[in-house]
Amino acid sequence: MSQYKMHVLVCAGTGCHSSESNLVYEMLRDEVERKGLGREVQIISTGCFGFCEKGPIVKILPDNTFYTQVKPSDAREIVDEHVIKGRSVHRLLYTDPETMEHVLDSKHMGFYKKQLRIALRNCGTIDPENIDESIARNAYQALGRVLTEYSPQDTIEIIKRSGLRGRGGAGFPTGLKWEIAGRNEADQKYVVCNADEGDPGAFMDRSILEGDPHSVLEAMAICGYCIGATKGLVYIRAEYPLAIRRLKTAIAQARDYGLLGENILGTSFSFDVSMKYGAGAFVCGEETALIHSMEGKRGEPSNKPPFPAQSGYLGKPTNVNNVETLANVPVIILKGADWFSAIGTEKSKGTKVFALAGKINNVGLIEVPMGITLREIIYEIGGGIKNGKKFKAVQTGGPSGGCLTEEHLDTPIDYESLTAAGSMMGSGGMIVLDEDDCMVSVAKFFLGFTVEESCGKCAPCRIGNKRLHETLTKITEGKGTQEDIEKLRNLGSVIKDTSLCGLGQTSPNPVLSTLDNFMDEYLEHVHEKKCRSGQCRSLLYYVISADDCIGCMACKRVCPTHAISGEKKEVHVINQEICIKCGACMEKCQFDAISLLNDYPRVAVAINN
Amino acid sequence: MNQKLSIAPEVFTYMEKVTGADGVEVIVNLPKEKIEKINDICHSFDNDPRELINVLHETQHTFGYLPAEVQDVIAHNLTLPVAHVYGVVTFYSFFTMIPKGEHPISVCTGTACYVRGAEKVLDEFRKELDIKVGETTPDGRFSINCLRCVGACGLAPVVLVGEKVYGRVSPDGVKSILEEYKK
Amino acid sequence: MITLTIDKKKVEVEKGTTILKAARKVGIEIPTLCHFELCDMGIENKPGGCRICVVEVEGRRNLAPSCMTQAEEGMVIKTHNIRVLNARTTVLKLIISDHPFDCLVCAKSGQCELQHLATQFGIRSLPYEGEQSHYRKDTSPSIIRDVDKCIMCRRCEMMCNEVQTVGALSAVNRGFMSVVAPAFEMNLEDSPCTYCGQCVSVCPTGALTEVDHTNDIIRALTDPTKTVVVQTAPAVRAALGEEFGLEPGTLVTGKMVAALRELGFDYVFDTDFSADLTIMEEGTELLQRIRGHLAGDPDVRLPILTSCCPGWVNFFEHNFPDLLDVPSTAKSPQQMFGAIAKSYFADKIGVKRKEMIVVSIMPCLAKKYECQRDEFKVDGNPDVDFSISTRELAAFIKKANIDFLNLPEEDFDDPLGESTGAGVIFGNTGGVIEAACRTAYELHTGKKLERVAFTELRGMEGIRSATVDFDGLPLNIGIAHGLGNARKLLDDVRSGQSVYHAIEIMACPGGCIGGGGQPYHHGNSEILSRRAAAIYSEDERKSIRKSHENPSIIRLYEEYLGEPGSHKAHSLLHTEYFPKTNGVTVHLQS
Repeated sequence: MSQYKMHVLVCAGTGCHSSESNLVYEMLRDEVERKGLGREVQIISTGCFGFCEKGPIVKILPDNTFYTQVKPSDAREIVDEHVIKGRSVHRLLYTDPETMEHVLDSKHMGFYKKQLRIALRNCGTIDPENIDESIARNAYQALGRVLTEYSPQDTIEIIKRSGLRGRGGAGFPTGLKWEIAGRNEADQKYVVCNADEGDPGAFMDRSILEGDPHSVLEAMAICGYCIGATKGLVYIRAEYPLAIRRLKTAIAQARDYGLLGENILGTSFSFDVSMKYGAGAFVCGEETALIHSMEGKRGEPSNKPPFPAQSGYLGKPTNVNNVETLANVPVIILKGADWFSAIGTEKSKGTKVFALAGKINNVGLIEVPMGITLREIIYEIGGGIKNGKKFKAVQTGGPSGGCLTEEHLDTPIDYESLTAAGSMMGSGGMIVLDEDDCMVSVAKFFLGFTVEESCGKCAPCRIGNKRLHETLTKITEGKGTQEDIEKLRNLGSVIKDTSLCGLGQTSPNPVLSTLDNFMDEYLEHVHEKKCRSGQCRSLLYYVISADDCIGCMACKRVCPTHAISGEKKEVHVINQEICIKCGACMEKCQFDAISLLNDYPRVAVAINN
Repeated sequence: MNQKLSIAPEVFTYMEKVTGADGVEVIVNLPKEKIEKINDICHSFDNDPRELINVLHETQHTFGYLPAEVQDVIAHNLTLPVAHVYGVVTFYSFFTMIPKGEHPISVCTGTACYVRGAEKVLDEFRKELDIKVGETTPDGRFSINCLRCVGACGLAPVVLVGEKVYGRVSPDGVKSILEEYKK
Repeated sequence: MITLTIDKKKVEVEKGTTILKAARKVGIEIPTLCHFELCDMGIENKPGGCRICVVEVEGRRNLAPSCMTQAEEGMVIKTHNIRVLNARTTVLKLIISDHPFDCLVCAKSGQCELQHLATQFGIRSLPYEGEQSHYRKDTSPSIIRDVDKCIMCRRCEMMCNEVQTVGALSAVNRGFMSVVAPAFEMNLEDSPCTYCGQCVSVCPTGALTEVDHTNDIIRALTDPTKTVVVQTAPAVRAALGEEFGLEPGTLVTGKMVAALRELGFDYVFDTDFSADLTIMEEGTELLQRIRGHLAGDPDVRLPILTSCCPGWVNFFEHNFPDLLDVPSTAKSPQQMFGAIAKSYFADKIGVKRKEMIVVSIMPCLAKKYECQRDEFKVDGNPDVDFSISTRELAAFIKKANIDFLNLPEEDFDDPLGESTGAGVIFGNTGGVIEAACRTAYELHTGKKLERVAFTELRGMEGIRSATVDFDGLPLNIGIAHGLGNARKLLDDVRSGQSVYHAIEIMACPGGCIGGGGQPYHHGNSEILSRRAAAIYSEDERKSIRKSHENPSIIRLYEEYLGEPGSHKAHSLLHTEYFPKTNGVTVHLQS
């Protein structure tokens, strides 16, 4: 990068790309060329900066200027003002929501201050389609060191001592996993990168593959060296075309440079990587299901043991790690196990990437040290709740996770503490919910997802989750009973206890955790037929205000179920038992006399009766 | 889910010969070019049954969908029972036996989009087009599907029409999106 | 060896033993549903899907499926504490919540493993109401699929794919809608199904059952204008008793004949007779082909394959349409019987073809399809009108409140009831080729066979081979039972690597004794070996044990057919084969 005086980084992650960041990139490049600055200023299309809320992002180095929501039409001004005259374009700078001041240097942005980017270290700083930039940032140095200085066992020891645990969900120690796969003798072994990120609301793996594919390839090679595998496979969602393209480019470039293929870096170690595509099945994130899918079969999980380390892809010992886990490996090798294990909590070392979303100001991808509190994430990094609403809960771990409340805000988060609180780390989805969210509906949403994604192999997951979802639906429709609540609890715990794979063993978590933390909302739905957040349509009540109704009969005529009574020039009344909540009356009323309440209008009913 | 097909050999339009990897010859109701294309795809994966999913991806990419006859030719090439191929096609939501619309609409129903109102946007599309999720309008112009998290959570709720991404879509904005494609 | 504790009982087992089997060793029977095993044949289904067999393993977070969890040193297991019982009951209630409640009219009632579990668990309420999955009911000539009753145990899928390599069935769809079905949920009739019926024989519920022809037979029996003739296959007599509580392996030939007379059949005959006839034709063909081969005739195809088994015939018509000239052209014993009954015998008793109804009692479901094949009809009138299974016959006898156990032993009628030991052993794997050898040896060598029992051809291994010495001519014999094993031998034939002169194939594991129409063995392979032993003991008891010595057969040739392989024999007793379609594609006519 050294010959350029200035680097303009344009985010080309999926979020920004969706807001035409590719056009921003092109306009900037054209503008720089037109001004004859092509040799001094480099325009780089990078991976995700994480600050997706305000995309497209343009960052200018060396001064760390951070422009948000840049439009293609802003390119000329950025070049004229910032590049040529050295003056920031203030209107595009990030504004601190508290001080309402523009932040000149991104280091001072609340969003980045508390973050520690290890897995995401290169995302947003390099052009992921140019291997030279990765190499300039130390890519493949760790591989070189491992191949020339360390034995496989030495390397495994480093990973073990670092305390790195699987970032895909359960948090199994990575070094130990490698050791087991290494111990099993076979003529062929496989390293599999699980890039089948299916958690609705998590996209860190994709961002890493899009922003820094070489870190993953390098780690796979290191793993191959450790366990004695010469073949690597990336199982990636077909729904990630950009990540697939960048990964393919990266594989080709690495082969050209002799960093993949035969006799890597002149050593006797050979390793190559090929790709397998997922096809839209969440359960394939489970490693045995993933392996069956790679073998061209239905992605149904199978009992463990045998673990993939014993009998995996094509019956051979196979090590499966997820993208984020792998992305940590090269840095650990270079900086040492002690450096890594100094970060985090006693049992959970290093950092975790979270996809922060929902009712929060700064939606985006963040990487934080283990042990950080939810409060720091939500209020300092996330910039607080959107529109000044009240925080209600945060859902972590996606469909396998649970909802945490106010009382958990100051708990340092790691694998153990999240599990203890009834949720889990999962792949790192973090959805913030505010007072407008109905917790029964949220549980129903996740169960709906599970029902759709259950593979159908084992009975508790196939039928049990369906029944959970039906019962939750019943409750949100105001037809639930106290018995239904008991049923949810027993069914949920049996599904957890008896399901075949991790999907079923965790799928009741959204129900069980909301039952634990928001029982009052369930009770309200069941006994008072009330949804306090107004999300449950069946528990909303159209009511005619006696003060505003002039008795024009317009609403009465339009009501499809004849739920409205009242003579001309008399105040009309809606019979709640018949009303189907279609809203036709409210649309028709010209006097704003009809309103929507989330409390059962007892008075109105009394009049009716 | 239930992609039932009525199979009536008497409505065969084409009668083309296919030789499976096992040497058994069959006749299939597909034009010759299509069969050759499928054969090429299968051969490019060495007719390896373990590459079934990659083969299906490639084939769907080429034809837009995977009708029964196409699955049967694949089965013959990879020497797999066609029931197995169908079992795989119906397991993965990415594969479809129904041709998508000219403008496939995908509504993200990931969590971030859900909490920001994706469900209401989806309802609006269903209402406007008068079709269910997974269906295609009778004129073949539009189809609706749900997808899980495109990773543009900052823009939630997100809708894709073809490859074009629409962010922060509200139910009111649905009509104007459709207008763009109705011309 | 590993020591573990199950319900406070210490048990020592070999490494690799599952908890389920370890528990059995100390008399603890953990309930199972999807698990299925035929030990001696290497057939096992344990997808771990039903979760009924879960147990608590101390120190583990979740309950473990005992059918798939291997015993480990020092394990402490509880198979019936409250947590386990609640989990099992809840899961069972869930399974039932997606299952029709028509037990009273279900074909599987009384034999249904789900029903048994519901009884065992004392299920009295169904708290988990909700949507039930619904699918189209599919009726083929042999098998009915009512997959609303499918519980996704995957046994049929395992049988159809791993054991039989037929590939007609696969798990399709996902989640709640998942079910086992043919491709595109097409009818079984359009699929590559061979009607071997092994899916039916392992289905725990009423999702897969046979087409029941009992009522057609009752109608025929009550029609005074019809002469109703019945034939019973060799394997039926060795299994029918099980339905009446007799020990597996009890021969009930005489009681069966008596029961059929009681039911009103005008003539009770034996398929063993036509098995002898099959040997005459097939054995002759075998000798002709071998002699032609030895004489250097390039047009002679070897090996010759037996063709008695209709499931097997369907299998090669679907999968080996290029090898249709390899199997013997001899019809199966069922069809030979029908052809002779409606010609030779009908003439003898002066009954017109159309006034005769031929019924067969078979251990087989493919026979139902076979008797409907067009090539086995004369002017639309089938040689065999109805074929019912051993199970259907048992149900018929019970329905007619016949006290089966106290029936006298009666003999078959003449002339189509006379048979030899060679005809009886058709019911066992290896039996057809053994019977053929007994006759072919004597016809070829002109010498008397000293040792009638070719024990080297017997056994339960899936693929067996033996060389039989025909007085200096070594004959290589291959035997396969189970279609997956058959496929291996056929692949060799296709690639020109087969070393055999003759191959016997039976579609079902164990041969006809393990047929798809036999009483349910529920995975007890001991039952199959006892049936096989019963068949061999019947052979030993017979005074005549070689087909060509059957006096009725000799008379049939003298009076009617002439020589084996004569023009008349050919037109009545031989057939041809056709390439089969699968609904989406059509096999090319070669």
